[in-house]
Amino acid sequence: MSDRFFGAFGLALAIFYAYAASQIQESFLSDTVGPKAFPYIVAAIFGGASAYIEQRPDHEPVWPPLGRLVEIGAAVIVLMLYAQVLPEIGFVFATAFAAAYLSWRLGSGLLSSVIAGVSISVGIYIVFHLILGLSLARGPFDF
Amino acid sequence: MDTLAQLAHGFDVAMTWQNIGLALIGCLLGTIMGALPGLGPSNGVAILIPLAFTLGLGPTPSMILLTSVYYGAMYGGRISSILLNIPGDEPAMMTCLDGYPMAQKGMAGEALSISGIASFVGAFLATWGLILLAPQLVKIALLFGPAEYFALFALAFMTLGGVSSSNQAKAAFAAALGLGLAMIGVDTQTGVPRMTFGEVHLYDGIDFLVAIVGLFALSEVFVFLEHRHGESDAAGRKVEIGRITPPWAMVKSCFPTMLRASGLGFLAGVLPGAGASLGSFISYSMEKRLVDREGTFGTGDPRGVAAPEAGNNAAAGGALVPMLALGVPGSGTTAVLLAVLLSLNITPGPLLFTQNPDVVWGLIAALFIANFMLLLLNIPMVGVFTRLLLIPPRILMPIVAMVSFVGIYGISGSSFDLMVMIGFGVVGWVLRKFDVPLVPVILGILLGNPMESNLRRAVQISNGDWWVLVGSPLAIGLWIIAILGFLAPIFFGRILRDRMKARSDEEGSLRD
Repeated sequence: MSDRFFGAFGLALAIFYAYAASQIQESFLSDTVGPKAFPYIVAAIFGGASAYIEQRPDHEPVWPPLGRLVEIGAAVIVLMLYAQVLPEIGFVFATAFAAAYLSWRLGSGLLSSVIAGVSISVGIYIVFHLILGLSLARGPFDF
Repeated sequence: MDTLAQLAHGFDVAMTWQNIGLALIGCLLGTIMGALPGLGPSNGVAILIPLAFTLGLGPTPSMILLTSVYYGAMYGGRISSILLNIPGDEPAMMTCLDGYPMAQKGMAGEALSISGIASFVGAFLATWGLILLAPQLVKIALLFGPAEYFALFALAFMTLGGVSSSNQAKAAFAAALGLGLAMIGVDTQTGVPRMTFGEVHLYDGIDFLVAIVGLFALSEVFVFLEHRHGESDAAGRKVEIGRITPPWAMVKSCFPTMLRASGLGFLAGVLPGAGASLGSFISYSMEKRLVDREGTFGTGDPRGVAAPEAGNNAAAGGALVPMLALGVPGSGTTAVLLAVLLSLNITPGPLLFTQNPDVVWGLIAALFIANFMLLLLNIPMVGVFTRLLLIPPRILMPIVAMVSFVGIYGISGSSFDLMVMIGFGVVGWVLRKFDVPLVPVILGILLGNPMESNLRRAVQISNGDWWVLVGSPLAIGLWIIAILGFLAPIFFGRILRDRMKARSDEEGSLRD
């Protein structure tokens, strides 16, 4: 069943891709093939493969229970927030939070995940910034 | 003689303190990454690429660092296979079959050292194979025109799916997805934006490093979150190593096995789409047929440890041949290494050998140096690495995620790229669930633009005649191999795959 949905989604994506390819503005100085031909070929393969998957589905994948899906969703949101606030509050704070969260969700106790988060963050800061000289995001406190 | 002179020049290039230091760091990191379940050669190399760049390393030092990691991971994978019965990375899964029984019999030290020697023999011979075979392949590749290159790229995609997926349609889906993503951005030949939907960030196209790190490294973090697999597999187990020098008779009895397995593994590595997992698998199967007269394979036979280890290390060297000589990688990690070269503005392929001999021969010399370092690291110091197995994923995975972010942010300093990377992480997780292989996606993103421009150039030269694509015997030959390579697994691949599947986990699409 999952594969049927997956195939149908792929087919829709292929049609959308072909439509987007048809919208490419052709320049008057174009080569013989032009910028559209290859995207059309790709869309055709994409659609063909999706149609086949839809028609001949494989065994059902092992889906995690809802709680685990929420877990992954929450991690994605935390990481997206991390990406956004990184330039605002600086590397060390943002990273300590994100690393502590991930460590907590993977089963560390509250205290040990805080310790893990702070040590990962400070560790990366020392190795990559102070020793190797990589530029990391700077916050209001310059680190 | 010419080859030897070039090799000597390569040693000149490689023998600087910086390069030797990088090789040593690479070997250490690689062994650690190989040993820890959850970090394999492809995602290990992936998270290090952005760092190699932002540190401003040149092409030769970067390649030395990253291929040392690659070789190191091939060595390291065996440690947890033998001690814990859990493969540290995909290619090491066959080593569990005899390695773990040996460890149970109290021969863990012998198993580790025999497999270390086998890894050395495999990698050493494969590096010689690389030296001998790559220049020959370059001679053929110099005859290639745009049409032949287009056919070669098609061949790479069509054969890649063969082993890495249980369903050819899904491999084709993955390749098309990668190619489709590669089209995003300004068209290099006419200058018109494609598939950008007016988003300025997309005009440069999708940075393949962002895609690689997302697909390989972040998706692994999500897999661990899904299973809430936070405790170390080694926790609570007593890891006894015992003596680390094998009796000479044991080494001698394994030696013919190592040689045969190296040869076979090297061939498996050179073939597009096969890679190290297949190399170790067929080496083990062949040795079982050939020498297992008493039925001791699977119960802790040292030859059963030597065969897959020699096989996968030889395959790792073999996989470098098509990557360097043709610019077409045959496995996940070599695709990642190709990404390094491309982002350093070096085009792999036949011209690499004439235009950048320093990179090629310096790299090959560094492989020899790294190989000796790995032998030294992996036999006397193996105890240090076994302690690292105690690091639980609840500490390791946050480090992987954060280092990924640091690397990508270091390149561009843009939050947008980080968001794209998270997106690729989620897509990677979903694709792995559906058993869609990830390597063709990466290959598509990497090779999409050269593939398209070769197509357009070929048709342009022949004034719009599309038949030029099958217009030469060489091109026709490549197409025939491509089609056979795509169809053969449908008929014969099932048996091989089922056997390999039996040993691997359900999210096996991250193969090398």
